Amino acid sequence: MDNKGVLITGGQAELGPLAAVQMRLSSFAPYRWFVATIIWFADKLGVRGRSLIIALPYVWLLVFFLLPFAIVLKLSFAEIAIAIPPYSPLWAWVDGIYLKIQLSFESYQLLFEDSLYIKAYLTSIKIATVSTLLTLFIGFPMAYGMVRAPKQWRATLLMLVILPFWTSFLIRVYAWIGILKTKGLLNLLLMNLGIISEPLTILNTNLAVYIGIVYSYLPFMILPLYANLEKLDGSLLEAASDLGCGPFKAFWSITIPLSIPGIVAGCFLVFIPAVGEFVIPDLLGGSDTLMIGKTLWVEFFNNRDWPLASAVAVLLLIILLIPIVLFQKFQERANARST
Amino acid sequence: MKQFSRFNQISLLLGFLFLYLPIVILIVFSFNESKLVTVWGGWSTKWYAELMHNQGIKDAAWVTLKVAFMSATVAAFLGTIAGMTLSRFGRFRGRTLFSGMIYAPMVMPDVIIGLSLLLMFVALSVDRGIATITIAHITFSLCYVAVVVQSRLSSFDDSIEEAALDLGCTPAKTFLFITLPVIFPAVLSGWLLAFTMSLDDLVISSFTSGPGSTTLPMKIYSQVRLGVTPEINAVSTILVGLVASGVLLASYINRRQAKQRQLDQQLAAQDE
Repeated sequence: MDNKGVLITGGQAELGPLAAVQMRLSSFAPYRWFVATIIWFADKLGVRGRSLIIALPYVWLLVFFLLPFAIVLKLSFAEIAIAIPPYSPLWAWVDGIYLKIQLSFESYQLLFEDSLYIKAYLTSIKIATVSTLLTLFIGFPMAYGMVRAPKQWRATLLMLVILPFWTSFLIRVYAWIGILKTKGLLNLLLMNLGIISEPLTILNTNLAVYIGIVYSYLPFMILPLYANLEKLDGSLLEAASDLGCGPFKAFWSITIPLSIPGIVAGCFLVFIPAVGEFVIPDLLGGSDTLMIGKTLWVEFFNNRDWPLASAVAVLLLIILLIPIVLFQKFQERANARST
Repeated sequence: MKQFSRFNQISLLLGFLFLYLPIVILIVFSFNESKLVTVWGGWSTKWYAELMHNQGIKDAAWVTLKVAFMSATVAAFLGTIAGMTLSRFGRFRGRTLFSGMIYAPMVMPDVIIGLSLLLMFVALSVDRGIATITIAHITFSLCYVAVVVQSRLSSFDDSIEEAALDLGCTPAKTFLFITLPVIFPAVLSGWLLAFTMSLDDLVISSFTSGPGSTTLPMKIYSQVRLGVTPEINAVSTILVGLVASGVLLASYINRRQAKQRQLDQQLAAQDE
């Protein structure tokens, strides 16, 4: 028993708070019995039992993540019907002998024929692209400033970026409604300053959607940029300046190229969720802000056209797969280069 | 060479103003006496008092807390196993699929996750309610826990685990006394992350909820669509305050621990 105690105490500084608690409790007999029982059971399970436990998350994701996609795919080929649930079955046994399969491409046909859907996809991609670029332009100087700030500030600055990321998305979007609306704080301020005489219409326009996306996703851009810029080798910049390179040129020809991995990761993390965004276009956008996440929501909840909503989801997934695969390739290449 | 230029200072100042001003305004106006959000009528806590009498919001808050607690706990358990699998088991059959399924829910639009889970629950004719919301929340938050645990394990030398096994510890004992204490801070922050993400979620909950299982974000959302009210500002302030104090506490503990570790290393270096 003694040597094991040494093992634990010896590693305690490395092992953290739980090890300290375990140490303190180890003189408490019921705790020792409890732990001994757990270990006895776990050892009793053997290799097969343990691999069952290890398989749990795998099985969970197969059942609750992959299988649902298969069902979405299946449903997108069904027909809308007045029934509960509101779609026609894809296959049925006729007289208990023949399996009748009925695939309907009606939903997909509608997607491509009604210009509304194509427009919604294009608008989503456009809004996501523009707001990703805006986020980059705001996020980069911030990440750069954080890296250059005095060392003792860095933990606090990092905390300040992470904190909004943890606070409710919905609440942060809601906060902008009071600021942007016609009789909102921004208009009030601008009118009192005498800059404008008539209130601006910002809420329920695409501009409000841009502001909302940039605001909500800014931490997703700053964090990978910061992680990347922090590792940047300062001696390269020093060498450049020794060789007579001005600070702007050094920034363009050294800092920017070396921070490409951070830029790509940040843009990826902002772009993908922004394309399918629902809350922001719904609360800040107007009736003419057609984004595909909102279209899917309306088809599902308001029109109760489940097959069409599924088809919208399938096509959105296919569109998103392109940047995901590109990003994966980029990451693999970057990893291969660094090792 | 590295200097903190005026440009850096200004970009940080403006950036953080942009990030924090809306939230500060929201909090200030939750203490507004006037019902009109843009007119300041003096300080008051009456909207908080009114909240206490709003049964609908209290019920929704209770549902949300239950779902968040259960989903975070299960997600911490499953996510820890998943993170260990990713970092300790090297290459196994189906690894690409597994890591794909871990990373995909983090970038997948909420509407797709919500829709697909709902369609599955309908296809299996499962009654929707607190249980289905919890299952949905476990599914996306276990991935975040897995990533946090994996990154902690990747920075930890597995030779201590090997030493314990060599010295005759059974795998279970090694896990309980070596691996678990090492990853415990990561599991804890994973749990916190899962908890707050469950508190926040609107879209996936809306798809997977049934009658009688309205969560707080769903309640807030349905009222926000009708306009800005000081009452919603008050609920939001409470939520923001809760999450912020939790995160600040966690980071304080983390930092103190890191300092302690540094101190111990310095002492050890002096001893040698």
